[in-house]
Amino acid sequence: MCGIVGIHLLDDELESQLGRLLSAMLIQMTDRGPDSSGVAIYGDVAAEGLLKYSCRAERADVDWRRVADQLGAMYVAHGDGSVLIGPPGLREVLEADGIRVVSTGRAVEVFKEVGLPIDVVQRFDVTSRHGYQGVGHTRLATESAITTDGSHPFSTHDDLCVVHNGSFSNYFSVKRDLEAMGEQFLTLNDTEVAARLIGYEMNHGRDLGDALKILQKQLDGFYTLLCATENQFAVVRDPVSCKPAVVAVHDRYVAMASEYRALTELPDIDKANVFEPIPTEIYVWSRP
Amino acid sequence: MTTLTPTLFDCEQRSVRDINIELRELEPGSIVRIVNPKGRHNLAVGLMKHLDITFDGSVGHYIGGLCDGVEIQINGFCGWGVGENLMNGVIRVAGNASERAGATAHGGTLVIEGDASTRAGISLKGGAIAVGGNVGDFSMFMAQAGTLLVGGHAGHALGDSLYEAVIYVAGSVDSLGSDARYEDLGDDDVATVTNLCAVAGFDHIDPQNVKRIASAKLLYNFDALKAQKY
Amino acid sequence: MTGAATPVNAPASRHFPLRESYTFPPAVIDQIHGMAEEGRYEIRGWGAKRKLPTFDDLVFITASASRYPMEGYREACSTATVLGSRHASKPLELDIPITIAGMSFGALSGHAKEALGRAATAMGTSTTTGDGGMTAEERGASKHLVYQCLPSRYGFNPADLHKADAIEIVLGQGAKPGGGGMLLGQKVSPRVAGMRTLPAGIDQRSSSRHPDWTGPDDLVIKIEELREATNWEKPIYVKVGATRVAYDVKLAVAAGADVVVVDGMQGGTGATQDVFIEHAGIPTLAAVRMAAEALREIGKHHEVQLIVSGGIRTGADVAKALALGADAVSIGVASMIALGCNRPSWFGAADAQWVDASADYAELGTQAGYCHHCHTGRCPVGITTQTPELEARLDPVVGAQWVTNYLRGLTMELTTLARACGKSDVHHLEPEDLVALTIEAAAMARIPLAGTDWIPGWSR
Repeated sequence: MCGIVGIHLLDDELESQLGRLLSAMLIQMTDRGPDSSGVAIYGDVAAEGLLKYSCRAERADVDWRRVADQLGAMYVAHGDGSVLIGPPGLREVLEADGIRVVSTGRAVEVFKEVGLPIDVVQRFDVTSRHGYQGVGHTRLATESAITTDGSHPFSTHDDLCVVHNGSFSNYFSVKRDLEAMGEQFLTLNDTEVAARLIGYEMNHGRDLGDALKILQKQLDGFYTLLCATENQFAVVRDPVSCKPAVVAVHDRYVAMASEYRALTELPDIDKANVFEPIPTEIYVWSRP
Repeated sequence: MTTLTPTLFDCEQRSVRDINIELRELEPGSIVRIVNPKGRHNLAVGLMKHLDITFDGSVGHYIGGLCDGVEIQINGFCGWGVGENLMNGVIRVAGNASERAGATAHGGTLVIEGDASTRAGISLKGGAIAVGGNVGDFSMFMAQAGTLLVGGHAGHALGDSLYEAVIYVAGSVDSLGSDARYEDLGDDDVATVTNLCAVAGFDHIDPQNVKRIASAKLLYNFDALKAQKY
Repeated sequence: MTGAATPVNAPASRHFPLRESYTFPPAVIDQIHGMAEEGRYEIRGWGAKRKLPTFDDLVFITASASRYPMEGYREACSTATVLGSRHASKPLELDIPITIAGMSFGALSGHAKEALGRAATAMGTSTTTGDGGMTAEERGASKHLVYQCLPSRYGFNPADLHKADAIEIVLGQGAKPGGGGMLLGQKVSPRVAGMRTLPAGIDQRSSSRHPDWTGPDDLVIKIEELREATNWEKPIYVKVGATRVAYDVKLAVAAGADVVVVDGMQGGTGATQDVFIEHAGIPTLAAVRMAAEALREIGKHHEVQLIVSGGIRTGADVAKALALGADAVSIGVASMIALGCNRPSWFGAADAQWVDASADYAELGTQAGYCHHCHTGRCPVGITTQTPELEARLDPVVGAQWVTNYLRGLTMELTTLARACGKSDVHHLEPEDLVALTIEAAAMARIPLAGTDWIPGWSR
């Protein structure tokens, strides 16, 4: 039960404003989700053969520069957020050292925390970020705990991120099936199940649209989902569609939010085609 | 005494709370202009008198909800449940309306010049909704009384579990819901549609050439041996 | 046993030849026969009839040497109760922590609604409307009237909203959590139908979800609408059927509720599927503690008031619910029983005569003490009916006196126990004033088993 925002830029000139636009959208959704908040930012694509690791540590004394040096990685700070850029395979090493890897990918970085959207925006310096795609979420926890791990976006596979408004009604069964197929879960959150299902299917050769079709067959209940990959941005709602969604399509961007008020500060919003995604239709926008 | 110059509220300067308090205190018949609404919810709700209110820009949820006698013009897009539980008055949306437009309204007229999203007229209890464009899925779910006119086409499960409300659609219908059926268009229907078009200012609908949808009334009384859809 | 035929193949030494199946006892066999004939589920009124852990499985450990009692008849024991103080500028200030639950005009007769309103007013407490709206008689008779906002919105309108003293947004009820209301055609009289904007005589089924919002994040906006529409004066309650209580209570608070009402599975209904009544939701005993702990966890216990309902019968039940963390209780079925529900006869007020109703019960296939036929509209004692001749069997003034007496009795029982626990205010009762008699009750209410410090599932 939450607020969703996202923006997928089609005009390079807006990339320098991504963080500012995304932050304004996110803060508008505070009432929908005051428990925790998070963003995924796509940009600064890592060089071929390298991955970005968005990291978080419970302990405050991590010397990130030293950790990076030891692993042959580069370290970039975004406020309290730490991103390491290095070769594939560092997740296990980092996690063995008590560091939580929040996302991996060439393009995506994920920052999330318990607290209000404004706190998360300030803490991770989101406003100043540039990039070509952003996804944000404000959470009102329904069944699983209010923790950083349980915050959205869920980024379970390289460059994938998923945010959700609603609640699935059979997620424990789907979770058990995914566990049997080797997926390891971090939380009891229903959205993690959706994210791992999509990631699992994409790792097995399906594109995002087909993975979402499988999700529609397997997961029951209520959902408005916004998913992003390195170059795609997708929205889907369940057949009953009683959780909100508004999409704005403009020559310069595609944006999506739980409520229109989150879109009001976007450039030229009055000229965008604003509509509500129809039930079960899978909407996918791609960048070249 | 009626104020003839519009009272102006700027949502960038004033909170929803403040604006609603002042609206409650205005004399009946006052003219009000509300600028920069920027998707804010719950403006002009629960007003039990005639006020002539114009919103310049897009608004959020439940605008004009629980009102009796208002006249509201929305120059933009509007959020969920515009005019929900309206008892009397006129609400006109110059753009598109979001979900659940006119939910549970008992009376008055809601005009949407653009499209209405899913669940338009859900649980309608009276009055009329005129939509110039299309309506989304599940519109008029369990609608009890009143009228919906659709100038464009209607989505799936139109009029599911209808009671006494009647729906007119100029364009195509994706599917009807349980217990809804097409019926022959009579002279009264043509007159109703003609009047509603005149009130709404719609000239793109031919009142002789709309579909009438009403309840087959098979769900009115419970009989499991007839394999009703439950 | 003269004249009885000797059973074939039965040894003469068998004294108990009839052997009942635990899995298929006669009642279950009868149910299957019925379903085979009718091809549908059973619809009925009242609440759960199966055996459940109840407040009877808890007892108070009253004062003695370590604690001192209040003087039973002389020293004050406050029962004043405030509901809705979190955000509302005009919270309800009640004299007792026992309120009348929402029951619709439609399910109940006009006389019954009026009697409940009069009784609540006499005792300084509140009564509640139901699906179908507010009647003028009920408003007139009730000092404190809670106006329900239900998924159907039958008869819901801003004029009555402005007349209400509090607003209760109903997400579900204990008898049928997750389901909508039902009123069979025989009770949809012209007046009931008119209030609900429906044709008379149809089987009315209400929706399960609200028409204009779904989920707690959107409920935030809906609650704000109701507050704005009523100038932030009226308390807003959110009522849930007891299922995932801890989550639902926290979400109701997050959505902005002033008061959370939790209705356990023993809660009654005018009509719903028997399978719903008996197989959905959790007992009130478990629900009250879960709800109180959920409120404590988020630091809102007593700031957001908790009302508990579902099978409250005695002052002991009230005292135990308060001790477990409720701020007030709500009674529905019990208030109907006080009005004469399931009584063998009805009282003709005009000539002050009791009139036997056995034949009317028999016509329904039941008898006094067992009747749950509210759904038929043929209530032998005039409570759950819309038939004028039957409704006339309940005099609203006489009925109001019975309910007033009952509420007074409940309050006396409540203060008796509270005083014996040394409390000058019934709201000072606490879980530590209780012990449990059964392991089930101990686990559900998180109260140690008597004579031990063992709370199954909670302590080692």
